[in-house]
Amino acid sequence: MAAVTLTINGKPVSAPAGATVLEAAQDAGIRIPTLCHLEGVYDVGACRLCLLEVAGSNKLLPACTTKVAEGMEVWTDTERLRKYRRMTLELLFAERNHVCSVCVSNGNCELQTLAYEAGMDHVRYPYQHPQLEIDQTHPLFGMDHNRCILCTRCVRVCWHIEGAGTKNVAGRGAECRIITDLNQPWGESETCTNCGKCVMACPTGALYYKGVSNGEMRHDRHKLEFIVTAREEKQWIA
Amino acid sequence: MDLNQLLAIKEKELASRRPYTLRCCTAAGCLSAGGDQVKKRLEQAVAELGLSDQVEVRGVGCLRLCCQGPLVHVDPVNELYQKVAPETARQLLERIRGGTVSLETADLHHPFFTKQLSIVLANSGVVDPERIESYIAADGYRALHDALLEMEPRDVIQAIATSGLRGRGGAGFPTGLKWSTVAKSPGTRKYVVCNADEGDPGAFMDRSVLESDPHSVLEGMAIAAYAVGADQGYIYVRAEYPLAIRRLRLAIEQARRLGILGSGIFGSPLNFNVELRIGAGAFVCGEETALMASIEGRRGTPRPRPPFPAESGLWGCPTLINNVETFANVPAIIRNGAEWFASIGTEKSKGTKVFALAGKVKNTGLIEVPMGTTLRTIVEEMGGGAPGGARIKAVQTGGPSGGCVPAELMDVEVDYESLTRLGSIMGSGGMIVMDETTDMVDVARFFMEFCKDESCGKCIPCRAGTVQMHGLLTRILEGKGTTRDLALLEELCDMVKHTSLCGLGQTAPNPVLSTLRFFRQEYERRLKPDRPVHPVALAAGR
Repeated sequence: MAAVTLTINGKPVSAPAGATVLEAAQDAGIRIPTLCHLEGVYDVGACRLCLLEVAGSNKLLPACTTKVAEGMEVWTDTERLRKYRRMTLELLFAERNHVCSVCVSNGNCELQTLAYEAGMDHVRYPYQHPQLEIDQTHPLFGMDHNRCILCTRCVRVCWHIEGAGTKNVAGRGAECRIITDLNQPWGESETCTNCGKCVMACPTGALYYKGVSNGEMRHDRHKLEFIVTAREEKQWIA
Repeated sequence: MDLNQLLAIKEKELASRRPYTLRCCTAAGCLSAGGDQVKKRLEQAVAELGLSDQVEVRGVGCLRLCCQGPLVHVDPVNELYQKVAPETARQLLERIRGGTVSLETADLHHPFFTKQLSIVLANSGVVDPERIESYIAADGYRALHDALLEMEPRDVIQAIATSGLRGRGGAGFPTGLKWSTVAKSPGTRKYVVCNADEGDPGAFMDRSVLESDPHSVLEGMAIAAYAVGADQGYIYVRAEYPLAIRRLRLAIEQARRLGILGSGIFGSPLNFNVELRIGAGAFVCGEETALMASIEGRRGTPRPRPPFPAESGLWGCPTLINNVETFANVPAIIRNGAEWFASIGTEKSKGTKVFALAGKVKNTGLIEVPMGTTLRTIVEEMGGGAPGGARIKAVQTGGPSGGCVPAELMDVEVDYESLTRLGSIMGSGGMIVMDETTDMVDVARFFMEFCKDESCGKCIPCRAGTVQMHGLLTRILEGKGTTRDLALLEELCDMVKHTSLCGLGQTAPNPVLSTLRFFRQEYERRLKPDRPVHPVALAAGR
């Protein structure tokens, strides 16, 4: 496949044609913040944290779904983008209930890490604090909707890696919820295979293994890579 | 079906015409005022008086002046009767027999009627939308026949490009360019989709077109299918339009029975079928990528573009998506020529635009005016100004994606660019007039509430940003806001506009930005003094 060259933040970078800007940047060691992106499943461009400024485009484009092109000039870390990212994170923190100190994912949470990185030391918008349900009906896993950021990673791994199609999104706007089957308690799901991929994929403490308390949370991302590699390349990596 | 058969249908239909015709509006507006009863009583009276060979009572589409419904137009005396009640309808037959009637007539010499130019609505109020023969009698499907048998697909695209037609859904993308992109996209299977998911508050243009003249949309779609090489069409229409759905179903069935839809249309190689898809009430499904997801049976949420539908649309195939009104323009362009169409309108916006005129204005209803007509002409002359002589304050165009044009700027000519320059948009054609009693902060909050409720929830700026903007607007409206709240609101407007995934979020701040631009004092006079800033925050420069 042909390769193209582009510049990211003024630095010349090469990438195979068909790659995304995100892949090209990662390959060149340039970090672009992401949240809904998850290696191994398709991208949806929903969290808007990886937005780029692209010369010649009056719109900001998401790095995860924008393909590289010859001579493309991309900026990932301008003052404007940093401001928008911080605001996006503030909106997320204000939307539900993200109190890190009492979260199972504290210290191992992508939302928390991004907020630290962005220097988000306070939130200027009123906290909405909806009182959302916690689904503890599944024998192995739990779901705390108060921590959910609706990135849909769980939905995508459930449909496209496990192939179970248990998780989905219902409602719209602020009323959106991740649901199980036909909006039943998780424990009553007839399609869930108890594989735990959704828990592995979750960037926050919304999905968790039961029995873990504050600070014990570990995301087993390696397992996803293991499964995808096994399926696609017939190799069982260590 | 060939040309002779088509002409024979036309001849037969014209030969069956009677000396007098009572055209009764049977579009949703007049029906809701009892128009169907008026029509029924007239039919009964004609039968009782033995006038069947003299008088035809014809159910037709929208007769425009919706606020005065039910409307009945009497030919050939050319009088439009308004507020006809079932009990008084019988009097209209006296008029035909030379007597006088005490019913109210509308002034057909009023600018509301004389300033209109009907292209899209040419058949609206004239043909019976439930009878294909009535459409054929008005030269319907002739353009499709001529396109299929006398033009190459590229000639059709060239004609649409030369006409200068632009997307009537609101964004104004050149239609010819879109068609040629789909035609050139590689793929063995292509689709044509009609976006009839009209959802802007106050907008009823597409509904009226579908209820009044569904065949013109089908004909436009079939011509498009020939031009781009598609063999399957979908009309995505919202479930809130049951009459439009019923008439579309009927129209598709009638066209299929005559062989105007189906295989080998007019003996040409074109196969084209149309199916309806009914929306389930989500505003966002008017966004083309969400609409396609919904047609495919998935959750109706937008996806990032590119790829655009012209390249990868329904099930990954090249797909042409146009709005109802865009398709309805097509047969007339093919029939009368691209130059004719291009001679109407302004330099960059050709043809006419249908508007649903509503709000604080005397004459509310459906209007079609040439591009370049000023807002003042529409609102003051055609609309007759605000009821009770109140001062008009602003005109809102483009619904929740648009903005307000203040009264002092109403001399602006309606076209895509001029409205954009004023911070509004052409939009799909909703036009809401506001008088001096209208509170602009409340208007902004109303539209923000709409966007908040209709956000699909996929991207964060739209899902969470509209909630916060709505909260800030409510605080300001209630007199609890501070200058800091206003600054936060403006900052969020900028962020949501530039970072949202689809058009819904990207345009959601427009009503706020627009009212801030022209009516900022209405926001500022409500603000309270700021709370003192905490010394620590002050030191940190926040």
